[in-house]
Amino acid sequence: METLRNKARELLASKTVRVVIGYGRGSAGGARAVFIRDPRHADGLIFDGTCLQNLAVYLMKPEVRQLGKAALVATPHALRTILQLAAENQLPDHELLALAVTAAGDVVPLATFSAIEAHVAALNADLSADEKAELRRYEAMGLEQRRTFWEEQFSRCLKCYACRAACPLCYCSRCTVECNQPQWIPVPAHDLGNLEWNVMRAMHLAGRCVNCGDCSRACPVGIPLYLLNQELIANVFADFGFRSGLAAKSENAMSTFKPNDPEDFIR
Amino acid sequence: MSDFQPKIVAFVCNWCTYAGADLTGTSRMKYSPQVSIIRFPCTGRIDFMLLLKAFANGADGIIVSGCHPNDCHYSSGNFHARRRWIVFRGLLDFLGIDVRRVQFSWVSAAEGAKWAQLVNATAEQIRQLGPFRGYQRLRGAGVE
Amino acid sequence: MEMEIRSTDREALAKLFAQWRAEGKRILAPKKSGDKIDFAPVTSLDEVSLDQVQTVQSPKTAVFPRVEELFSFSSMDGRVEIRERDPAAVPRTVIFGLRPCDAAAFSSLAAIFTWDYPDSLFSARLAATAVVGVSCSRADEFCFCTSLGGGPGATTGSDILLTAAGGGAYLAEIVSEKGRQLVAGAGGLFQPAMAKNKESFLAKVDVAFDRDKIGPALAALFEDTAFWAEQSLRCLGCGACAYVCPTCACFDIQDEGGVSGKRLRCWDSCGFGLFTLHTSGHNPRPLQSQRWRQRLMHKFAYMPERQQVLGCVGCGRCSRACPVDMNILEHLRAVAEAKP
Repeated sequence: METLRNKARELLASKTVRVVIGYGRGSAGGARAVFIRDPRHADGLIFDGTCLQNLAVYLMKPEVRQLGKAALVATPHALRTILQLAAENQLPDHELLALAVTAAGDVVPLATFSAIEAHVAALNADLSADEKAELRRYEAMGLEQRRTFWEEQFSRCLKCYACRAACPLCYCSRCTVECNQPQWIPVPAHDLGNLEWNVMRAMHLAGRCVNCGDCSRACPVGIPLYLLNQELIANVFADFGFRSGLAAKSENAMSTFKPNDPEDFIR
Repeated sequence: MSDFQPKIVAFVCNWCTYAGADLTGTSRMKYSPQVSIIRFPCTGRIDFMLLLKAFANGADGIIVSGCHPNDCHYSSGNFHARRRWIVFRGLLDFLGIDVRRVQFSWVSAAEGAKWAQLVNATAEQIRQLGPFRGYQRLRGAGVE
Repeated sequence: MEMEIRSTDREALAKLFAQWRAEGKRILAPKKSGDKIDFAPVTSLDEVSLDQVQTVQSPKTAVFPRVEELFSFSSMDGRVEIRERDPAAVPRTVIFGLRPCDAAAFSSLAAIFTWDYPDSLFSARLAATAVVGVSCSRADEFCFCTSLGGGPGATTGSDILLTAAGGGAYLAEIVSEKGRQLVAGAGGLFQPAMAKNKESFLAKVDVAFDRDKIGPALAALFEDTAFWAEQSLRCLGCGACAYVCPTCACFDIQDEGGVSGKRLRCWDSCGFGLFTLHTSGHNPRPLQSQRWRQRLMHKFAYMPERQQVLGCVGCGRCSRACPVDMNILEHLRAVAEAKP
């Protein structure tokens, strides 16, 4: 952590960046996002097992962007998010300094997208063995059991949109749920509206989600949203050979196609 | 359930399947009257949410049909649609929604007979699956 | 009239549950749901969880449902028929196991819903709801009821307040007329008081700030944009805080259907960017800092000013639920200590 704090101090004192977006100690021993602008406050930076939030979400927030050039303490998921945002033309190159922190506590500054790509290439971008096993358990459950499982889960959804707010890739300034001509996704949190919202969210993240898990952590009522995203991550890879968040210049899985995409289900 | 008349909504593209369905009619071929056809310029325009809206409004089954790959009037609309269907189908299945209730097809403007077969086969499939009560029960649920 | 004190125990409470069920009452109580604990309809005491400090959501849905039908409509031959909800037909409900902070919240909700327009559905639901609270033997760092005039054993808002006295026994304070009726209808399930000191079973919640300072401090800080920006930089603008809050009452109204359908009322949040967006595209609160300021101003300045009641009971739910740790107690301390 001291390496990270020193790096932050140095970056701010030399005005290389205007703000270091990182983690600080929060309530109940947890971590929270901090926006360090004064090098004297760099002591507040931490990096440990509590630092899970995907801080890349702040790269799309106008109030943070206007603070000026940023350094971002980036978990592997945040790094992939930066590449995905770049692939979607949301971030310009050379204007963000990503600070990857290794297990040993060393800080790896990544000043360009190609530097981030090289770093990410060494990571495993696939779902973990445990994640795959969990998906298989649900797949093995059978249709009716899955239906009642998700019906119960979505009956608890509040439509608070914490999942949307926490996701760095849900950056539309006017989300589809906020359009009312027509009101495509119902506003009230009744069972049907909740299903439609959750289907919409999963589909709009298909081929984009980097599996950071912030949606599920944000959900106040504990719906395992990550299952939906992981199922689509697995399917998009199996069907199209595509993974998100690996390159700053990349096609988008859902706006491209291959002439031989599988169509055994089409009569 | 012998008197169950399934409600089927068909989302079809204007240039191929709709024209094909026209041909079915002008050829005086009879087919199941259970289907309500909705015409789109292209399958690429068919939002996956429309399928859920159809179920919410009482459809027991859905047909989605357009031009064969490489024959799309807009070149690639059906290719984009196909990708969307692949992903959406997987999600529906994962959520416990029976994907046998949604029949995807390529029906060209010349395939009047195929359209009739498709609708008849789908109607029979849905008749066997029964009314889509599981989905329609969601309407009104969670409202006090 | 002095508050009557009685006693009861788990066995009697289990029978009371059965009696309420037999009377056709809906019982809402904290229940385990995965790794969260939340209010849900229950049928027996065994389903109820009381070891947690607090549930995720408040029980406000009993009087202010998450989604509520206001009326249904249908039109035929140019005639429109409207079927209003019958306030007399709301379900009779017992909320069991809520904390004193939650019980205190009903007066904040009532202040809003009976302010300039008497909301008949809300009032009907409130009248049809009995509140059986359980005092707090534990608190955590997010609790601050005492800073707002409440407390772990406060009776305000409860019809009966139970205090666990060990060994399955409970002290029972019969707070209101509704509480007296519940006891009267419960046969021998409430015994005479036992000689136990209620205070000895309560958690300790230290006062964290002077609540009389908050209103004036907020007024003085209104124009301090830097203060609000600092507090709200990490806020993501979701609705979690408003939805879990026992006093938040903002709502949206949506018509669903077409030629026939329903008018629904549902929860809304001032944290959403959409909340104050005009059709013209102008937004009087375009920044999250302005929306965060509004949240605090509404709860701690506007409501006391207009309705003579605070819009917060110090339950701490918003802080626990917030995905980015917007800890309202921490923010209130900062407000109280700010030098204008």
